[in-house]
Order: sequence, then structure tokens, then C-alpha cells
Amino acid sequence: MEIQREQMNVVIVGHVDHGKSTLVGRLLADTGALPQGKLEAVKANCARNAKPFEYAFLLDALKDEQAQGITIDTARCFFKSARRDYIIIDAPGHIEFLKNMISGAARAEAALLLIDANEGIKENSRRHGYMMSFLGIKNVAVCVNKMDLVNYSEETFNKIKTEYTKFLKEINLEPQYFIPIAAREGDNMIGLSKNMPWYKGAYVLEALDGFKKAASKAEQSFRMPVQDIYKFTEEGDDRRIFAGRVETGTISVGDDVVFLPSNKSNRIKTVESFNTPTKTQASAGQSTGFTLETQIYIRPGEVMCKVKEKLPAVSTKIKTNIFWMGKQPLVKNKRYKLKITTQQVPVILSEIVSVMNASELSSVKKDHVDRHEVAECILETMKPVAFDEVGQIAETGRFVIVDNYEIAGGGIILASVLEGKTALSEHIQKREFEWERSNITPDKRAQKYEHKSALIVITGQIDTGKQRIAKALEEKLFDLGKFVYFLGLSNRLSVAVDELKDKTLGKFEHIQQLGELAHIMTDTGLILITSITDIDDYELMMLKSLNSPNKILVINVGENQFSEGAVDLLLKANEDTAIAIQKIVDLLIKSVVLDPEYFI
Amino acid sequence: MNKLDSLESQSVYILREAYREFKNLAMLWSIGKDSTVLLWLARKAFFDHVPFPLVHIDTHYKIPEMIVYRDELAKKWKLNMVYGQNTAALEAKKTFPDGAIDRISCCKLLKTEALKHTLDGSWPRYRLNHTTGKYDVDTNTEPYTGVIVGARADEEGSRSKERYFSPRDRNSDWDVGDQPPELWNQFKTDFAPGTHLRIHPLLDWTELNIWEYIERENIPITKLYFDQGDGKRYRSLGCYPCTFPVESKAKTVHEIVEELRAGKFKNIAERAGRAQDKEDGGGLETLRREGYM
Repeated sequence: MEIQREQMNVVIVGHVDHGKSTLVGRLLADTGALPQGKLEAVKANCARNAKPFEYAFLLDALKDEQAQGITIDTARCFFKSARRDYIIIDAPGHIEFLKNMISGAARAEAALLLIDANEGIKENSRRHGYMMSFLGIKNVAVCVNKMDLVNYSEETFNKIKTEYTKFLKEINLEPQYFIPIAAREGDNMIGLSKNMPWYKGAYVLEALDGFKKAASKAEQSFRMPVQDIYKFTEEGDDRRIFAGRVETGTISVGDDVVFLPSNKSNRIKTVESFNTPTKTQASAGQSTGFTLETQIYIRPGEVMCKVKEKLPAVSTKIKTNIFWMGKQPLVKNKRYKLKITTQQVPVILSEIVSVMNASELSSVKKDHVDRHEVAECILETMKPVAFDEVGQIAETGRFVIVDNYEIAGGGIILASVLEGKTALSEHIQKREFEWERSNITPDKRAQKYEHKSALIVITGQIDTGKQRIAKALEEKLFDLGKFVYFLGLSNRLSVAVDELKDKTLGKFEHIQQLGELAHIMTDTGLILITSITDIDDYELMMLKSLNSPNKILVINVGENQFSEGAVDLLLKANEDTAIAIQKIVDLLIKSVVLDPEYFI
Repeated sequence: MNKLDSLESQSVYILREAYREFKNLAMLWSIGKDSTVLLWLARKAFFDHVPFPLVHIDTHYKIPEMIVYRDELAKKWKLNMVYGQNTAALEAKKTFPDGAIDRISCCKLLKTEALKHTLDGSWPRYRLNHTTGKYDVDTNTEPYTGVIVGARADEEGSRSKERYFSPRDRNSDWDVGDQPPELWNQFKTDFAPGTHLRIHPLLDWTELNIWEYIERENIPITKLYFDQGDGKRYRSLGCYPCTFPVESKAKTVHEIVEELRAGKFKNIAERAGRAQDKEDGGGLETLRREGYM
């Protein structure tokens, strides 16, 4: 087999009509990358429709694009140079299609930025330049196009070069090449043009080949966001595999690892793969999977790290730069979903430091971020997330924000923010402060009902008999004359949430509603019983906080996935009802919810 | 990591994202080389398992060897194999081979319509019973909300504009003017009730990459792709009335790789042998906007 060639993704950006698609079309035609007959077919099609041939028609494949003469969405095209293979991403220049441009550019390792020599630097020349800097693209060549329209004037070229270099300097972007070209005419594309003898630098193809691939990330600290945990027991496979892609670093069998944000540790037992020789190591870029030495319960989204290396930050507050693409503006007091690596958590905008016009580099103070604006913001997540600063490890320092099913913003993390008060603790403090107390104290109620109030949460995996136990417990306590209620609402709520809402936000909302409701009902002196499926330590903690200062007892049925000390009683899956009830009643007596004096 | 390793890793990543996010996930398997590579990548992603159904749209005009090969592999790899068909159009003889309609309309009925109704569960799905070796009507009629498809960007114009995760509305329509952003491997995995997503793990692969990978991994491929001695082979598979073999003496995967890399097909588009593309003005956009793969 031929030695594998290197591949590089290159995005073509710039203001509308500055000739991006023409450049790509010409490049494909001149390097022989077009399939046989394609050029002739497009030319014939133009002749049939009585419109002049354009190289751009080779790329603007969509019917609307050809009709309107613009690029609407990013196209991937493939071509080869002597040095390597390229995927060229032709991005649209219209502001309206900025999100498409960003989608293309986010995949790129290098960029060609086009400026029309005749029109000069335009709004999107600057905006796109800024976005290259935002996206962290280091390989940049600026092509001053349509030089034929300015008589191949060196003076015009130098004027644009000086002005644009100054702009790029302000945003810390240093292009490696500045090339005068006429893409349609083929000047300085795959060789130096006779029309510009004053230019002795690299031509476009030479510049592309001159770009360097980023150094391997295998030497950085190890990060593998867990994508999923597989166990295909039904097919006779007992391996419990923690699957994901190694973003940075290298790991070997026997290495000690820690999962963040949960902080659970373990050791690598095996590296798993299909149709390969046995592996003992995995490194950056590989989609792989591991089995671990001891049993552990974590969810997808945790970041696997190496104990002996620098660990990511874990926090609920982050300082970020956000680029907003949403139809609705980014506002405070609204819950969004944050996706960072494979973590998904509810998030709120807690502060806008400044909002910037990416084209003019001017910043203003605003209370919301509009479409196509860039803003420095503080975000607060409703659960801790693990991340790195983007300058340290880019892969774990970037995120998107989802608003109403759509990715509405992209961002990079600048720093962790000292947490101080969380939105939850502030809410509880405010609630307690504003709560109008009645004349009947909790003690008076306890005396009257002959027991203290409590929230009893029966949790565990699906189909472990939680509801059966919960209902039987209600009956038992009711028969004993206790003030008790089984809240079945929780399950119906979560079904409604499943169908209508985002899973991540829906679950959070469900726990919040349950916590608030439990707080009121336990305040009446009630023993409230409820069952809830598949919650984690943090969600349990949230439920406890919301129910506070009232008592909560947690009973886990089946495999215990919580940290030590989180659960008050462990029951086997499908435990016999009578035994389960007895154990719970014992617990209630022990934890003085039921006073044994009254319990005869 | 070399180029094939990177392509494989990205495709596996996409497959795992899809499997985690979609409860009703299915993979379209056309029996051709691309979706067979896709199937292989699923076994890579899930460590020798394929944890979702494979859906084949049987137009009834597929080259017969394709169906034999499909069932052989389905049994060997214990696949959850499902097929759907536009039986009404076939019974009414409303097809191009019957001379009733043109190629594009035929594609629309036997492929697009059959696909749409098989995916949303409104037409019967036939599922392979591994005990009897026969197909039974599937009791599961829930709509598939995530559909994995082996489309590649280098095939034709409209596919070059696709996203890895591409939303389709209630009518399976594709809104090419307003596609979701896709940043840093964060894909659109959230969707409104009634809509579904097409997932394209092979978008960055070229035809040559596919064959290089088949060679490297030794993936079993239907013999229709190879010269059986008459100097002809299929380069792209479809229905026999509309797909024609090409002149080629390539008898092995390696010979195909060489032919694409430096030989006679270096500069000839793969779908050159597909008649319906030409009727759609050189592309597949019209068909694809309405739900064609």
C-alpha cells in the first residue's frame, strides 16, 4: 500500500463577491482535480442558460446558489498537490450565512482570506479575520484578488496590505503570506504570474504547501471525554467499556486515572478495539475504549484524566468569549444548554462584560448579545463542569450553547471564575428570607402528628421495584396513623419532560420542581414519599438543598451509583416488600422521624 | 495517525454521538461499498456489535447478487436486519422498468417514498428472523428519529454541502438554505418532535479512501464490484435498469485502489454510470431535498 499522504483542511473566507468560489474553482481546474467532463458540462450548462461561465459554478452546486450567483453553504472539495491532500472548504461571504462560514472554518487548520483589490477591505474582510483569530487558526494567507481590475498595481496591493496588517495586528493574527492574485485569470495561483513581475513571494499553491500541520497532541496532559459506557451483555459480552476519543495525551494499561468533575479514580485494565492487534496504549486523536480495574459508576460527559498530570479545572463559573448565532438574542434569566466536550449541563448567562462588533472592534455595554456579535461573558452552569482554558488545551476549552434545539452560540473559555455564591444557594437564601412563618412551629406539628416531617426519596435504576416499595411504605405508615403521602407526580412529570423538552434541561427542571414541592409539603409536617429514576450525586445534592432545612432520607434500590455517605439505606433490586418496609421503618425510627414512643 | 486512522476516528466519534443521543436510531445499508464500510465502522465503534437496526430499501430491481450478499452478511454478523418496500407501486406496475414513468419519478416512488414510510413506520418493515432465516413483519413501528447514512461529500454537488448531523422536517424535507451550525465536534443532536436527523459519518471520505480502507481492514464486499472475467465491473451499485457496469479488469480490491489512484478512473466521477443524475440536471438536489439519501 502507498505510504499514507498527509491531509489538511483549508477554509476560504472573505467578503461577499471577493471571489472565494472562483478561487477554489480555478484551483481545482488548474490542478486537474475536476472529474473528466465536469468543466465542459458546466460550461455547456451556462451556454444553454445564456449566462457567462464562472468558475464558481463548479462549487455553487445548489440550484438557489446558481440562480442568485452567491454561495449559501459551505462546500467540501478535494484536491491534491505534490505535497499533500487537501479538503477545501468554500465558505459563504454573506453576513446572513455567517453560521455556515463558522461551521466550515471551525473544521479548518488553515485559511485563505480573500480581499477584492478593487473594493478593498470590507466589513466581512474584518469580521472573518476576527473569526479566524477567535477560532484559533494560525495558518493564514491573505490573497488580494482581482488584481487585473486594478491593472496589477503594486501600489494598490501594498495599500491594502498595510491597512489590513494593521487590523490583524490588533486581533493578534499574523498572516504568513500576502499574495496578489487574479483567480479568474489564473494569476499567481499555481505559479508566479508574468503580469506582476514586482511580486516575488509565494503563489497560492506554494503557500498552501507551506502551511505546517499542528504538532501532535500526544505530549499534552491526557484528556478523554467519556462519550458513552457500553455493556452488550445481551450479546454475551461482559466487558464494561468506557468509550471516547482521546483529545490530548497518551495513556497505557496500568495507568491511574481520575474522572472529573465526579473525582472518581480508577486504573486502566485494557485498551479495547475491534479488528486490530491487542493494544496497550492509546493517544491523541484515537477513538478508543477502556476497561477499568474496579467497578465504577459514572455518566457520559466525565473527562478521564491521568492522576499524575495537570488536571482540568472544575467549576460552575467560567469567563468566556462567545460568538452568538441565535435568532433570539442571548439574555440573562434564561436557561440554556451548554455542551462542552461530551458534557451537557444547564447554563445561565450571569454577566456580560462587554459586547463587541467584530468588524469594527468597538465594544459596548449591553444587557444582551445579538446575532453575529461577540461578547465576553460570565456563564454559570447548574452543575460543575470540567474544562481547560482554551490557551492550554483547546479541545477541552471550547463549547457551544443550545437554545431551543439549535446550536445558537460558540465559545472559548478564558478562565475559571472564583465561584462565590451559586445561583441555587442564592435562590434558597432568598426563599428562606422571604418565607412568612406561621405560628405553628415544626415542633408543634411533630407533637400533633406524633412524628417529624421528612422527604423520603426512593431511587435506583429503572425496573427495580421502587414504586412498589414507595406505595407499600405509604400504606404501612398510613395504617400506623401517620401523616403520609406518596407523590406519584414525579414520574408523570418526567414523561412529559421527555416528550416535550430538552433532556438535560427537562431533568433539571423536574428536580427543581420536585425540590420546591417537597419543601412545601414537608413544611406542613408531612412524611412525603417519592421515587425517582437515575439521578446522580449532584442532582441528589440539589434536591437536598431545595428541601432544606427539612429532613431528607435517601433509599437506593439495586446497584448503588452514589458516592459514599449520599445514601441512608441500601436495598437489593426487587427486594421482598415486607423486608424492605421493615428496613425503612427501622431507618425512620433510628433517624428520629418516627419517635419509638409513639410507634406501638 | 495517518489519513485513514483520522477518517476512521472521526466516523467512530460521530456514530457514538448518534448512538448516545437517539433512542430510535437506524442505519441505512444499501449493500454498496460505502454503507458496508459504514457498517464496519459501527463494529469498530461498538467493539464488534451493531446496536441498532440496519434498514435496506428494496426496490425489487436491485441486482439479485446484492440481496444474497445482504442476507449472508446479516446472518453471519447477527445483524438486526430490516427492509422496506413500496409494494403498492410495484403491484400497480408504476415503475420505470414497466415503462410507466420516467427514471426520476421511479426513484421517487421506489426509493424516496419507500424510505420515508419505512423510516416513519407507516409502511410495514420486514425484519430478519435469525431462527427461521426468513423475514417477518416487524412489530416495531416507532419512527426512527436518527438515521445513519453513508453519503460522501465528493459524490455530487448537494452532498458536498451536507452537515454530519442534518435535520429533516416532518416530510423528510431538507432545508438547504438554513442548515445548523456545526462547531468543534458539537453537532445538532436536539430536535423538535416529529422531525428527524440524518447522520453522515462518511462525509469526509473519498471513493479512493473507501477502497483503501476496505483493503486495509479486509472488509467483505459484494463481488459485483470486481471483474468476473468479462472485462466489466460495477463501480457504483443501484437498480439494474439504471446502473451500468464500467469497462474494467480490476479483479481485486488492490487493483481497484490502483485504478482510482493512478489508473483509468483517476478523473472520472463515480456516479457517471447513474442515469437518474443526468435527468436531475447533473445533480441529485431535487431528489435529495425531498428525502432521497
